[in-house]
Amino acid sequence: MRFSDAFEARFTEMLTHYPTKRSVLVPTLLFAQDEVGYVSEDVIAELATRLELTTLDVRNVMSYYSMLVTKPRGKYNVQVCTNIACTLKGGDELLSHCAKRLGIGHKGTTADGQFSLEEVECIGACSWAPAIQVNYDFHENLDVPKMDAVLDGYAKK
Amino acid sequence: MGTRGFGFGMADANITVDGKKITAPAGSLLIDACKNAGIEIPSFCYYPNLSLQGACRMCVVRVDAPKMPKLQTACTTTISDGMVVTTDSEEVKQSRKAVVEILLGNHPLDCPVCDAGGQCELQDMTFTYGASESRYVEPKNHKQEQQWSPVVFFDSPRCILCYRCVRVCNEAMDVAALGVENRGVSSLIVPNGGDHLDCEECGMCIDICPVGALTSGSYRYKTRPWEMNHVSTICTHCGDGCKTTLGVRSSEAGMEILRGDNRDKSGINDDFLCIKGRYAFDFANREDRLRQPLVRKNGVLTAVTWEEAVTAVGDKFAEVKQSGGVFGVIGSPRSTNEEAYLLQKFARSTLGTNNIDHQRTADFPAFVSALAGKPEMAGSMRDAYMVPAILLLGGDATDEHPLLAYQVRNNVRLHSAKLYVVNSQEIKLKRQAAEFAQIPAGTESGVAAFLAGDDSAVAAIATAITSADAWRALRETLRSAQNLLIAFSSDLQGDGIANIAKFAGSVSGAKVICLADYANSRGVADMGLYPDLLPGYASAAKAGLDLAGMSAAAQQGKLGALLVVGANPVYDLGFAADSLNNTFVVVQDMFLTETAAIADVVLPSASAYETSGTFTNTSGDLQLVKKAGDLHGTKPDFEIIVRIASAMGVDVSTLVPLGAGTTADMGQSRGAQSGEADRSAVYLQKQGLEARVSPFDAAALFDEIQRLVPGYDVSRMNLMAGNDVRTTTAGKAAALPASRGESLRPAHDTLFSSGSLGRYSRVLNSVAENRDSKLVEVAAD
Repeated sequence: MRFSDAFEARFTEMLTHYPTKRSVLVPTLLFAQDEVGYVSEDVIAELATRLELTTLDVRNVMSYYSMLVTKPRGKYNVQVCTNIACTLKGGDELLSHCAKRLGIGHKGTTADGQFSLEEVECIGACSWAPAIQVNYDFHENLDVPKMDAVLDGYAKK
Repeated sequence: MGTRGFGFGMADANITVDGKKITAPAGSLLIDACKNAGIEIPSFCYYPNLSLQGACRMCVVRVDAPKMPKLQTACTTTISDGMVVTTDSEEVKQSRKAVVEILLGNHPLDCPVCDAGGQCELQDMTFTYGASESRYVEPKNHKQEQQWSPVVFFDSPRCILCYRCVRVCNEAMDVAALGVENRGVSSLIVPNGGDHLDCEECGMCIDICPVGALTSGSYRYKTRPWEMNHVSTICTHCGDGCKTTLGVRSSEAGMEILRGDNRDKSGINDDFLCIKGRYAFDFANREDRLRQPLVRKNGVLTAVTWEEAVTAVGDKFAEVKQSGGVFGVIGSPRSTNEEAYLLQKFARSTLGTNNIDHQRTADFPAFVSALAGKPEMAGSMRDAYMVPAILLLGGDATDEHPLLAYQVRNNVRLHSAKLYVVNSQEIKLKRQAAEFAQIPAGTESGVAAFLAGDDSAVAAIATAITSADAWRALRETLRSAQNLLIAFSSDLQGDGIANIAKFAGSVSGAKVICLADYANSRGVADMGLYPDLLPGYASAAKAGLDLAGMSAAAQQGKLGALLVVGANPVYDLGFAADSLNNTFVVVQDMFLTETAAIADVVLPSASAYETSGTFTNTSGDLQLVKKAGDLHGTKPDFEIIVRIASAMGVDVSTLVPLGAGTTADMGQSRGAQSGEADRSAVYLQKQGLEARVSPFDAAALFDEIQRLVPGYDVSRMNLMAGNDVRTTTAGKAAALPASRGESLRPAHDTLFSSGSLGRYSRVLNSVAENRDSKLVEVAAD
């Protein structure tokens, strides 16, 4: 399968960073997911061939990381932290509000493919709790109205 | 013990364990050092010669000097001088108890029905460390058991995630069919095919599983370990000679083999056993085993008593002999040494013929001849695991010689041996090869000639992958190798073998292995199942008919009687069924084979698992074959031959040395057999052995083999203890005619068939069918 030139450049460069090829697997899986949207069967087979691993090896590593997924998810992946600091400041309310508004649960995706919802562990934004992460962007010090504004912003994009 | 245990060049370290002073090489693992000193440290995930996992935390110990802040895992701690260790304190016991409690948290505790019950390491640890009360009160997470292949089942709730199966499959077998998905409590052992295994079906994962998570399709839920008799004998399939432990139970038929495994581990195969040794014992249990002698009456094979059948054979053989008729005798490469020796002795002395042959799969006469005077050049199966360099010439060892492939692979992995593969195909062992040289198919003998110094041979063996220059470089590399082991397939014979031996002679410390197909191919060759060679490859005064000669004689109606022992000449040795119409055919076999179906008398024989004796594997390692039980109605081939001789009116003590020299003739008589019983008696007395009293005692002929067959003068004590002992190629074969010519019929079996017996194994057939059906599915896509 074909990846973008940017991916190829990064992949080639990364191979020089490690003594063995298989060490490149974890970051490469993430880059491939960012590009394809999820880790497809094709991605697994391609990376296995490139890194001289079995597809089982790739699956073993991949399934360890909850941030790597094997099914397509929404354009915007809303990750709501419910770890201790966020929960004390209302993270659970944010999660249930999102679930209600989007009509999906944990790891669900809306029918139009715009949003996915995920309950996650600490995202390292405790000082600005409650916090969420949409794809790679953080939104902090939220409450329900602010949360709606964030979602509205993405829905309009 | 792998590289870690050898401690090459390492200084010794003195450590104190539980107040006891221990000395071991510095850098060895604490768990190994303790084990060697007789201090047991429990573990689940640690397994010798596999990579370290440190997953189970069962082997924790307290290391006081140097003071370490918390308990350490003995399986990952290397020792250093002055270390002070405590392995049995209250603290350590508490920790282990906690580990067992956590492991039992989601364990189904279905020991009363579990296959592993009674031989389970988790059970043992629970009894030792006693976590009988659990604080875990939540419902257990149950998952349905899964069938991964015809022979492998997985019951995930029993799994303790020690990763042994994953490591043995990845590292020792290089199959990589098992992995671990997910993480933490959700971790699961998974097969490479998603819901099934695509693998060699060796079953190593089942043997190595400390609990009952991986179970065998052929054994599961059939019996309990303590209800069986466990007999360690030698596998009857390929020529490598693995020890397999048969679990046997009495049944209406006499006995039933329920399990084959390698829990014994005392054999030449260490941890290894392939699908054939593990599952393909099932031919012995088939309902269509012959259990009554059959005699053809009015054209129909009719069940009769042993007495009647043996008398019929004896009378007819005596009659053919009397009238000067021609005999033919065909033996089997799966007979024991004793049976083969007796068969040729019976043919030569009782029937008076040299018309004796068997299915040859390697040119052992040429091999022994090439190594004449240099017995130290014959390699053993153990060498394949120990030598620093190996050359594999031809064949696909993974399929045809699974143990050899395993030893070579793990020698490369654990001892960094250099492997050179020369083959026309890209065989699996290429993955371990330091160099792979590809040759055009059928040019193996050209390789031997080139290696032996014939530079003109390089043109025929050069390919796009391996150029003539590359060949010259490879030859130089091999010449400078130390203690090179060369194993060659049946593609080499005659001059090819002479060339490879010549080349080996020029390499310092080089050894050679000649690969043949069946359990005792080497043994029956050593025992002289040849028309022109006697035991020990001594030339017969006058060569008899070989297989082709006997077949031609039968065609011309000149073969008076044919005795077939464990072979099937009509099926696979080129005998036309109707050519035997005028021949009196006697077949000794387990099944009504194509040849038995047209025989005049069929005598039901015992399998190798129902017989005592010895096997010599393809590399000349001699091992004890132990009888696992009796199947009612059958008799070992040995006994059948003696009974036939007796029915012919022969004094059986001329065949099987009996008694203690009471027939002394003080040398007055002359001739080949004169004073035979006496020499045996003198030999027995000298060896401190008792005189044999039964004509059916195969050991009596082993006495004679030891006394008379060159190379078999091995340590009897060692052999009887269950060890493999080395026979040597010291023979009289030096004087073989140069252009003797061998007609080989190699089986070229895959791993899932096994020549003469694979046809009768349901497990091998079901695995092969399972594979074929998958290929069809793929093709249909």
